[in-house]
Amino acid sequence: MTRQLMTGNAAAAWGARLADIDYVPAFPITPQTEIIETLSRWIGEDALAARMTMFESEHSMITAAGAAAATGVRVFTATSSQGLLYGMEMLYAVAGWRAPFVLVNVSRGLAAPITLEPDHNDIMAARDSGFLQIHCATCQEVLDQMLIGYRMGEDAGVRLPVIVNLDGFYLSFTREPVDLPEKPAVDAFLPPFDPGPTRFRAGKPVSQAVAVLGGAPYSYFRYEVELAARAALNVYDEVAEAFATQFGRRHDAVEAYRCDDAEIVFVMIGSFATKAREAVDRLREAGTAAGLVRPVLLRPFPEAKLRAALRGKKAAVVVDQNISIGKGGVLHCELASALYGQKGAPGALLSFIGGLGGRDIGAEEFFEMAAVAAKAAETGETPPPRLLYTGHELREMRKLQAIAHVEHAEAGETP
Amino acid sequence: MNEHFERMKDLPSTHLLGAGTALCAGCGGLEAVKEVYDVLGPNTVFVNAAGCMTLMSVYPFTPFRGSWLYTAMASAPAGAQGVRDALDVLKAKSRMTAEEDLEVVVLTGDGSANGMGLSATSAAIDRGLDFIYLCYDNEGYGNTGQQSSAATPHGARTATDAANAGLPGWKKDLFAIWTANRPAYAATVIGGEPLDLARKIDKAKLIEGPRLIIALAPCPTGWGYEPQHSVDIAKLAVKTGVWPLKEYADGKVTHTRIPHPRTPVEEYLKLQGRFAHLFEPERNEALLAEIQNRVDTYWEALDAEG
Repeated sequence: MTRQLMTGNAAAAWGARLADIDYVPAFPITPQTEIIETLSRWIGEDALAARMTMFESEHSMITAAGAAAATGVRVFTATSSQGLLYGMEMLYAVAGWRAPFVLVNVSRGLAAPITLEPDHNDIMAARDSGFLQIHCATCQEVLDQMLIGYRMGEDAGVRLPVIVNLDGFYLSFTREPVDLPEKPAVDAFLPPFDPGPTRFRAGKPVSQAVAVLGGAPYSYFRYEVELAARAALNVYDEVAEAFATQFGRRHDAVEAYRCDDAEIVFVMIGSFATKAREAVDRLREAGTAAGLVRPVLLRPFPEAKLRAALRGKKAAVVVDQNISIGKGGVLHCELASALYGQKGAPGALLSFIGGLGGRDIGAEEFFEMAAVAAKAAETGETPPPRLLYTGHELREMRKLQAIAHVEHAEAGETP
Repeated sequence: MNEHFERMKDLPSTHLLGAGTALCAGCGGLEAVKEVYDVLGPNTVFVNAAGCMTLMSVYPFTPFRGSWLYTAMASAPAGAQGVRDALDVLKAKSRMTAEEDLEVVVLTGDGSANGMGLSATSAAIDRGLDFIYLCYDNEGYGNTGQQSSAATPHGARTATDAANAGLPGWKKDLFAIWTANRPAYAATVIGGEPLDLARKIDKAKLIEGPRLIIALAPCPTGWGYEPQHSVDIAKLAVKTGVWPLKEYADGKVTHTRIPHPRTPVEEYLKLQGRFAHLFEPERNEALLAEIQNRVDTYWEALDAEG
């Protein structure tokens, strides 16, 4: 095992390389592009025995990824943001094909306005597609979760594609120390892809992704996908356990940090959860019994583990780095559905929106959220969902607007 | 293996495609697919774009003796690329024998081929994908009830150009789009001329690279005629010069059937409900002349080229 400084994108590329992928359908998009450039270089240097094909869109790229997996090779692909949405039709389709592969999504906010910086609206849009979702908080997790993702998705009882999600910039372009596993250890953990009978060969005809007539067969196949995704809850635990045995690193489906005696618990996913982790330590120093729960596995949704981690807490504070326009945080809604009516559910479940388009969430905001949560737990009155924004940010925004108004007025004066 | 189809009796006498699909009686597209399949054989995987033919394989039945993958409306060529690439990888890594290899065939309608699927198709040509692209051209979105597509001919009434003079635009020249990008092979065919079709498929299957086959697909429900007239209409499409039978190989376009003398176009048009407004309640001489003129111009330009 060697320890190297590498970006999240490099870690994703290493995950693909160590997994002995056969095929990379690709299309560039910021901040993902470095992944496919790295793989292309390795293929050119014969360091990776794979084929890469450049497509003209993510829609085509994901179609090809599913088609190649359905033909029986191990496939890797990657995208971000607009690209994930451009390919959205095919996310649903290839999940229904039961063609397992790993897609890395480097999260980035969605237009409009167009931006390069991260939030989770892209990946949340893929929530119902049938892809399983793993959310990473560190570059090490990116590499490790790709190996876990292949083994889970290819499991005979699952056979579903997997998205490994990392945040643009915060992970994609940030160097962190990463333990690079030795190839023999990876081979021991991850056997070659066994496509079973689902593959295209002369003399062994198969029809895949055929139409159905009527709701009963349609529902049957859709339920099969749902049951396979639910089965992945146990498969993930088994695979993560095997990973810990092989490599000595634990990646539980739900990370609970300083939760045992916590009264106020933050719930967050992705790299911004490390900000909450830091805030938990500071809050503890200041005398607040804070904790953090981070779902690593988001699909299937690890409901039982989340209930257990939050049982008996005074308040849970969900910080969503996404916004379902007209409703609020997606994770908050999911938590509410998991906790409602459950014995020992937190006394208050609060919703905050933060981190959109890479907007920072400062320590003082975590302190404020903890204070609001403590009050809600005490009074039994849950405040409405809150959109995080500081006075300083608003003043800076007003300056930009003032410039825009001046520019507009000047432009109006000249014909 | 080149079968050398010289006479009608050389055509395959055993038919590979199963019967009993949900397609309409008299479907000119199905006729073409059946004839194409007899020549290509079962060592094929049909990668399908959304359209009429999607209903060929409905769980748990398929008329194909080979394989099938339904994709979506816009990306069948990308699906074909994924299958082709995977087969090549498997062969290169000795995880599959050459005997297990398959011919990858996109099966698409004109709606996808001329519209939503054109970007994916163009990119497949750019990459030199080794595949056959079989477009059954029923000149509209047939599966949804014959709305106008980019392949709908001038003056045809459709579900979305239901009144007045029909479609004001002109049929897109998909053959020209393909050949401008120098594919390995391109041909137009029609099920009603099975010998010409068989020769072209036979030729195409021995060539590597992107290969286009467009089959004009007379459509009883969409074009408005009784199913028994499909073959007559197909033959008239050729005799009138409306549907030129041609092929592109080695950088050159060759016409495989030059109708001479050409039957007046109205003989073809008057059999179809979609053109009935050209004749009833009174003849639309201007529009008839316009359509005839377009056909004449095509063939005159060809004569001028020598």
